[in-house]
Amino acid sequence: MSTDTVAVLIEHRDGAVTPPSLEALTLARSLGTPIALWLGDAPAADAVAQLGEYGAAEVRVVGIGDDARLPAKAAAAIAAATEDAPVLVVISTFVTKEIATRLAVLNGAGVVVDAAGASRVDGHIETFQTVFAATWNVRTRIDADRAIVGVRPNTTQATPAESPGAATLTQVEATLPQTRERIVAVEPVDQGEGVPLAEAPVVVSGGRGTNGDYTLIEEFAGVLGGAVGASRDATDEGWISHEHMVGQTGTTVTPALYVACGISGAVHHRGGMQASGTIVAINMDPDAPIFEISDFGVVGSLFDVIPQAIETIKAHRGE
Amino acid sequence: MRILVTVKHVPDLQSNRSFTDGTVTRTADDGSMNELDEHAVEAALQLVEAAGEGEVYALTVGGPDAIAAVRKALQLGAHHAIHVSDVGIAGSDVFGTAMIIAAAVRKLHAEAPLDMVVTGMAALDGLTSMLPTALAAELDWSQLTLASAVSVADGEATIERHLPDAHETVAASLPAVVSVTDEANKPRYPNFKLIMAARKAEVPVWTLADLGIDPALVGGDAARATVVEASERPPRENRRHVTDKGEGGRELAEFLIEKGLA
Ligand SMILES: Cc1cc2nc3c(=O)[nH]c(=O)nc-3n(C[C@H](O)[C@H](O)[C@H](O)COP(=O)(O)OP(=O)(O)OC[C@H]3O[C@@H](n4cnc5c(N)ncnc54)[C@H](O)[C@@H]3O)c2cc1C
Ligand SMILES: Cc1cc2nc3c(=O)[nH]c(=O)nc-3n(C[C@H](O)[C@H](O)[C@H](O)COP(=O)(O)OP(=O)(O)OC[C@H]3O[C@@H](n4cnc5c(N)ncnc54)[C@H](O)[C@@H]3O)c2cc1C
Repeated sequence: MSTDTVAVLIEHRDGAVTPPSLEALTLARSLGTPIALWLGDAPAADAVAQLGEYGAAEVRVVGIGDDARLPAKAAAAIAAATEDAPVLVVISTFVTKEIATRLAVLNGAGVVVDAAGASRVDGHIETFQTVFAATWNVRTRIDADRAIVGVRPNTTQATPAESPGAATLTQVEATLPQTRERIVAVEPVDQGEGVPLAEAPVVVSGGRGTNGDYTLIEEFAGVLGGAVGASRDATDEGWISHEHMVGQTGTTVTPALYVACGISGAVHHRGGMQASGTIVAINMDPDAPIFEISDFGVVGSLFDVIPQAIETIKAHRGE
Repeated sequence: MRILVTVKHVPDLQSNRSFTDGTVTRTADDGSMNELDEHAVEAALQLVEAAGEGEVYALTVGGPDAIAAVRKALQLGAHHAIHVSDVGIAGSDVFGTAMIIAAAVRKLHAEAPLDMVVTGMAALDGLTSMLPTALAAELDWSQLTLASAVSVADGEATIERHLPDAHETVAASLPAVVSVTDEANKPRYPNFKLIMAARKAEVPVWTLADLGIDPALVGGDAARATVVEASERPPRENRRHVTDKGEGGRELAEFLIEKGLA
């Protein structure tokens, strides 16, 4: 395929473009000419303008509504809208991984998910990612004619295009396949006020050491402008809901700052946070494995350390 | 209920995992069945028990050492095991692996119909979570992924699926590919009798030829993506640790302020 069109599957919530989508568009600009792909009701003018500002020459809309929850239907919609785009960038989530897989089965694309970056080398897309709980760096070349790259949030700094144009809006009609799967019920999860865990620039997590009291964790997260995370033991205890669980089987996070409070640092937990920028640990046990990977560690009780840290930060800010 | 469970042989999480020539170093000594596949075996056993009849097949795709994964499944209570092994398989990507597993599923399905394939939610080495979807597409069976609960009634399977933004209930006709999360159940412990039996069990080995797969379609050469470079990450530098003697919180705050993080 000769075109350098790079399609970006835009993630949107309540009609607004999410921050990872702008990161993905920024990355796409370094790979070719980006177009934005929007599944659902057509975006409002300000969303289109924002996509244009970050470099999308065109916004293609496929109005598939709730069918987008079924990966086979979402993949068919994307296939119809990206025939001329050999490269597709999506934001790596459990759902987009399934859509990407379905799409690749349809169009023969090579897929890399959970990438931290991508570039074009000798006409091929190459991705960069960390594996084995972020202890190894891996570069992967996509050899197939089509490439799908799933990028992790917080891995590219979103910047507006240098000379953006106004994006045009195109409606694409897609014939969706019949599926055997049927969604019987959807119960939205209350996202609360803050940024979703996977996208947050700062994550403050509490584990068994909190003894079930998340007041300090929430306060610290608030002061640092971050989201609240948890270990599996904490969610298993029912201290906090499953959506907050960080780790290999929970949410993988790569914030600029990760603060682990009362978390031992089991390998399953580390697998979901070890690629974070700066890692801070507060733990009573000097031998806790979390200290093996922390940039700054405090051996002490979170009940003493967090209030003092909050107080110092507030004083510094003149609050 | 006739169910096939896929189990992968992966390097132990606690071992020094590494790459050799672009693929994962795999040895018998520090490899075992992917922990998350214990939940798949358990889900299959519970479905068979609920149905009051049936059998569970455990299948692994991998080199000679991978047999340890299906033996573990037998210890947990799977009734039969199959090991797909062939030099041509090495280096397969998700799509190659899905093609191989699909061919094995079809072979068993032709002998007597299978109702379901149950997989884990992710293999703790590749961690793509893509295989179950690729397998469902390849087989053209129903896809029910990331189940935290699964039940079967009237030829239909229903799952609960906890996504970050919503909890879904999804239903689909059998046969289906179902992937289960670690929330789905608590895997049972192997009992002594099963451990002894698993050790001695005959495990048939199927090759690509047995499955009628053209070797050109799988393995490293057919992979749509290739690892071109792998290197161990250097340890974090300038790490600092303090013991709280009344000033730990302030020292932490100063670190964050100095780094521009607070
Ligand atoms: C298949 C599988 C998948 C898993 N997936 C995940 C996953 O995705 N995410 C995950 O998190 N876990 C996961 N786990 C569980 C994981 O192995 C650990 O059991 C879990 O992470 C431990 O949680 P914790 O650190 O909160 O508890 P613990 O290991 O009990 O650690 C508590 C820590 O708190 C410290 N502490 C106690 N009091 C204080 C205090 N006042 N101040 C400061 N420190 C204090 C203690 O010193 C200790 O280090 C998984 C397990 C399995 C088997
Ligand atoms: C570090 C690493 C990165 C990789 N990156 C990519 C990539 O970006 N793109 C790509 O196409 N391939 C990639 N691969 C190859 C891919 O991992 C293998 O093809 C693998 O067999 C299927 O994917 P997975 O391990 O991610 O499984 P997942 O999809 O995470 O596994 C889900 C479930 O599928 C079952 N399963 C998976 N593999 C097997 C098996 N061999 N035998 C039996 N059951 C199995 C298990 O039940 C497992 O719980 C990568 C491999 C590694 C080790």
